[in-house]
Amino acid sequence: MLRFEPRKNRSKFLEISAPIIAVIMTMIFGGLLFYLMGKNPFEAIKLIFWDPVMSPTFAEYSRPQLVVKAAPLILIALGLSFGFRANIWNIGAEGQYIMGALASGSIGLALYPLQAWYIFPLMIIGGILGGLIWAMIPAILKIKFNTNEILVSLMLVYVAEQILALASVGFLRNPEGLGFPGSRDLSKYSSAANPELISGTGIHLGVISAFLGVILLTYFLSYHRTGFHIKLIGQAPRAANFAGVDLRYIIIFCLGLSGGLAGVAGMFELTGPAGLINIDFNVGYGFTAIIVAFLGRLNPVGILLAGLLMSLTYVGGELAQFMMNIPAAAIQVFQGMLLFFLLSTDLLVTYKISVKTPIRK
Amino acid sequence: MLLEMAATSLKNSSVMRVIGVTKEYPGVLANDSVSLDLERGTIQALLGENGAGKSTLVKIIYGLVKPDSGQMLLNDRDFHPKGPQDARSKGVGMVFQHFSLFDALNVFENIALGMDEAFQKTHLRSRINSVSEEYGLSISLDKIVGNLSAGERQRIEIVRCLLQNPEIMIMDEPTSVLTPGEVSDLFVVLRKLASQGMSILYISHKLEEIRSLCSKATIMRHGTVVDTCDPRKLSAGKIAESMVGNSFSNPKKSKIKAGKVLLELNNVSLKSKRTFGVPIKDISLRLHAGEIIGVGGVAGNGQDEFLGLMSGELSPTKGTLFLDGQDVTYLGPVERRKKGLLSAPEERLGHAAAPEMTLTENTLITAEHRMDLSKNGVINYSKARSLSEKIINSLDVRTSGAGSLAKSLSGGNLQKFVIGRELIQNPKIFVVNQPTWGVDAAAAASIRQRILDLAKDGAAIVVISQDLDELLQISDVFCALVGGQLSKPTDTKKLNPKTLGLLLTSSDAGKAV
Repeated sequence: MLRFEPRKNRSKFLEISAPIIAVIMTMIFGGLLFYLMGKNPFEAIKLIFWDPVMSPTFAEYSRPQLVVKAAPLILIALGLSFGFRANIWNIGAEGQYIMGALASGSIGLALYPLQAWYIFPLMIIGGILGGLIWAMIPAILKIKFNTNEILVSLMLVYVAEQILALASVGFLRNPEGLGFPGSRDLSKYSSAANPELISGTGIHLGVISAFLGVILLTYFLSYHRTGFHIKLIGQAPRAANFAGVDLRYIIIFCLGLSGGLAGVAGMFELTGPAGLINIDFNVGYGFTAIIVAFLGRLNPVGILLAGLLMSLTYVGGELAQFMMNIPAAAIQVFQGMLLFFLLSTDLLVTYKISVKTPIRK
Repeated sequence: MLLEMAATSLKNSSVMRVIGVTKEYPGVLANDSVSLDLERGTIQALLGENGAGKSTLVKIIYGLVKPDSGQMLLNDRDFHPKGPQDARSKGVGMVFQHFSLFDALNVFENIALGMDEAFQKTHLRSRINSVSEEYGLSISLDKIVGNLSAGERQRIEIVRCLLQNPEIMIMDEPTSVLTPGEVSDLFVVLRKLASQGMSILYISHKLEEIRSLCSKATIMRHGTVVDTCDPRKLSAGKIAESMVGNSFSNPKKSKIKAGKVLLELNNVSLKSKRTFGVPIKDISLRLHAGEIIGVGGVAGNGQDEFLGLMSGELSPTKGTLFLDGQDVTYLGPVERRKKGLLSAPEERLGHAAAPEMTLTENTLITAEHRMDLSKNGVINYSKARSLSEKIINSLDVRTSGAGSLAKSLSGGNLQKFVIGRELIQNPKIFVVNQPTWGVDAAAAASIRQRILDLAKDGAAIVVISQDLDELLQISDVFCALVGGQLSKPTDTKKLNPKTLGLLLTSSDAGKAV
């Protein structure tokens, strides 16, 4: 019988090298998969991991894509990680992301075609509030009625998707859109647009916010009382209670932070890369961010790296599909392998496998 | 030296010989070539301060820890257990300080779960019955463990250990949770076991117990064996001296005139939300400045709940609580601390301190507001670090520094830290549960002295403890907490062992009010 036993002395070296080992394992087994499919494994791996950043032909297109895709993942995962540390499980970031986009989009579209400096800041506030208020629903229900925030926040994703569909074909539809679903293109409305700041880099305000968020939240987690309390709740709930930490406040804070960040991520996406509100506006960033948060070990800097890695497999995966005709399903298996190896090396850093002989009859 | 020791041990009928065992942990030499002879049919004490290496040594013998070097012989044959199960099968059993029993299961199920080999239900039942009869360990197999007293639970653990037919039984602080009556019952059992040839390695801090029970004591200090003696022939003071390496004075109580009422509880009641929690019924209490109230009683009679009500973690369902004339009934821990009501719960790891956090971070748990360790929510870590260093120095906490994790400290050292963290904040009222639980004699004396000093400076103090000697030594007034009810306060000087025993066991102690 095999059993996992916690390691007494965790090796710092292993902790740092675990993700690297995981990536190498993915390359080996993913390569094997591609080889069995009759594709050149070396070329495929190179396309996924190397070419998006370094290839002279593709990098010009894919490098900006990398940060554009990583930014919302990082923003959302940062917020989620705080709750996860305190055992508050917001699974509904996808819904908060939609509601943030809808709220900010509504403000922008209501003011169209007015041109004024204050429209964009107003939309940012709208994005934050949209996500935050949506996240307050599970928070308040949890505090008042002790409901399970996992279920409530998840269910609200589907509610948000319905509202999004309603908005796309109804109250936010572009009046000049010939009856097609979808709103006006906000990226073409200069007071509301979130354009690329430096041409050819993909960097927009959302990307800058993600980097700023990493720095601010690292500081907050290390030096602010609430950050300390969040860590304390996660590690020793009774000690937190003894310290006098108000759990209700922490629930409001964590869900508010993750909702607000998801909402603002939705806002930046809407006004930049996506442009308009449409039925297919959300592409799963809110769910993928949960994985990013854990891959980054709930640590802001770790989340930054995990977000970039995740984004790389998406961009590189698309490239491999496009260039080598590798089916999308195989790319998904490849991404799954990466997650599997990352999580299992992580597990082996904290636990060791011991062989137990079963009790003889 | 080794040869000499080997020669002497041959003369006696040693069942277990530990020869030059060394175990090093990062930064600490826990056992430095420790040797020990356990003679057949004796009760032998293993003594030492916290961090002296006793736990490491018994963990090595019980197979929980592998030594770096050294040799162990069991009946003159090499003994290197691969793990506790292996040790048990070779005849070494252990009864731990903390019971590993499931509250929701009955006694038989608990014992059955701990069996290493396969068994038949009826056969096991009769074996349990014969063992418990033979040694006078009365247990009823069908009772739910959650409803049993600490003494009864310990009997289950002992029976569980005896079922493996051990030659050696290791007992870690067995009396720390027992009432005086239960202690003497236990001693009868232990003497009987020894007379039938079992060897018992007995770890305790209570020197009087060891003097009455053990024929040989091995004293450890800083990872080495410093002395082996016959404790019956030495005074407790002498033994303690060789344990600590220097003499220590017993805390002295100076006569203090009680001042104004600092703490007032009026008919405080609490319905417990936990499954095996104890509801608090109608507690009324007045506590004056300079006064120490001792709350005695066996664990599980509402001590945790009582402390929670005082610290502010729990809000009473009924009644009021006044602090220096102000109503604090519904204030939480932070507000109460600001007003000077500080507390230290019993459970060190997980309640009083967060195991995975550093001592600096643990200082913040209770001292943040009162000691100004933050400004506008931003924590001043350098201030917190210097405060925790001050705590470490003032109570002689043995650790490599304020950056060590709480869980890396030995139990007694962490206890010193947890108590010191409150004492350094000059409490007006201090409530503490089991202040010296698992702490060595010297440290316990110093903690008690600090509590007395605090009272002398005009603080009001509630000491909840299961160590009656401790309560008799330091408290002015004594109450028993039985079944969530507090007995009428009695002047400690007027108590004798008989009235005490009655107070502690009487189920209608609360009605005496």
